[in-house]
Amino acid sequence: MSTIGINAVSRWFGNVVAVNDITMSIGPGVTGLLGPNGAGKSTLINMMGGFLAPSAGTVTLDGTPIWRNEQAYREIGIVPEPEATYDFLTAREFVVANAELHGLPEPGVAARRALATVELEYAQDRRIDTYSKGMRQRAKMASALVHDPSVLLLDEPFNGMDPRQRLQLMDLLRTMGAQGRTVLFSSHILEEVEQLAHHIEVVVAGRHAASGDFRKIRRLMTDRPHRYLVRSSDDRALAAALIAHDSTAGIELDRAEGGLRIQAVDFAGFTGFLPRIARDHGIRLFEVSPSDESLESVFSYLVAA
Amino acid sequence: MTTTTAPPAARPAAGPALYHPTVARLTYRALLGRRRALLLLGLPALLLVIVVAVRTLSGQDDGTAEDMLRSFALSPMVPLIGVIAGTGAIGPEIDDGSIIYLLAKPIRRSTIIITKLLVAMGVTVTFSAVPTLLAGFVLNGNGQNIAVSYAISTAVASVAYASVFLLLGVITRHAVVAGLVYALVWETVIGNLVPGAKTLSVQQWALAVGAKAAHGDLVHSAVSLTTGVVLLVVVTGAATWYAARRLSTLKPVGDE
Repeated sequence: MSTIGINAVSRWFGNVVAVNDITMSIGPGVTGLLGPNGAGKSTLINMMGGFLAPSAGTVTLDGTPIWRNEQAYREIGIVPEPEATYDFLTAREFVVANAELHGLPEPGVAARRALATVELEYAQDRRIDTYSKGMRQRAKMASALVHDPSVLLLDEPFNGMDPRQRLQLMDLLRTMGAQGRTVLFSSHILEEVEQLAHHIEVVVAGRHAASGDFRKIRRLMTDRPHRYLVRSSDDRALAAALIAHDSTAGIELDRAEGGLRIQAVDFAGFTGFLPRIARDHGIRLFEVSPSDESLESVFSYLVAA
Repeated sequence: MTTTTAPPAARPAAGPALYHPTVARLTYRALLGRRRALLLLGLPALLLVIVVAVRTLSGQDDGTAEDMLRSFALSPMVPLIGVIAGTGAIGPEIDDGSIIYLLAKPIRRSTIIITKLLVAMGVTVTFSAVPTLLAGFVLNGNGQNIAVSYAISTAVASVAYASVFLLLGVITRHAVVAGLVYALVWETVIGNLVPGAKTLSVQQWALAVGAKAAHGDLVHSAVSLTTGVVLLVVVTGAATWYAARRLSTLKPVGDE
């Protein structure tokens, strides 16, 4: 059982702050690191993997700093985001080489076990450069698991995988988590994270935005004020009717766009209420479009909260 | 993993301290398995074709032999092979990010660099000193011991070039271009035109060492043996040390 401690960690590159004063602790089980692209997830994972020094603060494994401590790799398995491996090797040669680099007593046995775990035995004697994306990812997984690490770090492991491969990998990571390993993976897709992670850490623009189980994160994301642009046959009448309802916090008549900008507080209430009130008043709805559904704005709300 | 207050450096290193056979195997296969192998073989093959032609056309002559070995073998061939082997031993892995599989292991970064350096040196010596020796025998049958002298010079130069170009492979993504500019412009053109620059030329240092093996006075260097040896050791050592240092703070690719 291992715990990664991130204590008041910042990392900047020149004038750009990639990670801004983050403190979190990642223990056994599956944790999802969620955030839009460019939020600092990779920088955080690179610091947990000992590839980057924190500019401030400390990143530790069970209390021992990870930076410049190659002995930490006895406990850490890393599945990096770049696709490249030693592509001129077969998966078996690649995983055996990784076992040897870890100094394992029986590299062949360890490699066989790791390849069986990721179910890649059928292709283990083919060169990695002939593999599909999903097979490559499994070869990378096998290389990360070969020394039976207590910590597994995965940077965007589901990128580019087809749904079947995705489910397979999720099963594998769930098993790893259930065995008491500390599994951390990053993703920019909420659905992916909530299907797999028992605990979620949200990072936006380098800041730690939220932390909790998926129910808490989902609630934070759906309970936020939603903005809609609505066009109808009678905007003013619709505005008058809507403002009387609890789920509406503000309405603006946007003349340039020729519609109503509505801020709703209760997502479920508003979407049920809007068509009903339009029908009751004999108003036809031409367009109802959420104006801030991009992941970016959903996350930004969490930072502001 | 247990908590300990000992600094990382005080812990025993995993495996051999200077050389890791798996790192070496991966490096060899990367170096000799790709198109680089063709280049590594092509240059010595070209040298042998040229010397066979020269020998056939102008006969056996010690002066010609010395001239050929200096201006074909020691000077563009050795640095070119050094660039291919030295940068190729690490550059591609850094470029595509696969170096992470070596770095994320309980192995010292200095062990990784020294192992790769030994492989790069081995490959450079094999593909430059051996063909040079052959070329010398073809040209004048090792008269005045010139073939052996130049084989020693090319081997010594190989060691220095391998370390310098390995360092370039660690610090820049344009290692091959930087290496070629150095090999062709500095060593070949400036080294031959500007007298002062000769003192700072790997080629001259290596000649100073090789000249000791030659009989007669055909082979000579612009620097003394002491100067040559000291500079060779300093450059090789410093390049290796700095490469290991840079590797330990290497930023991963794909970073945000």
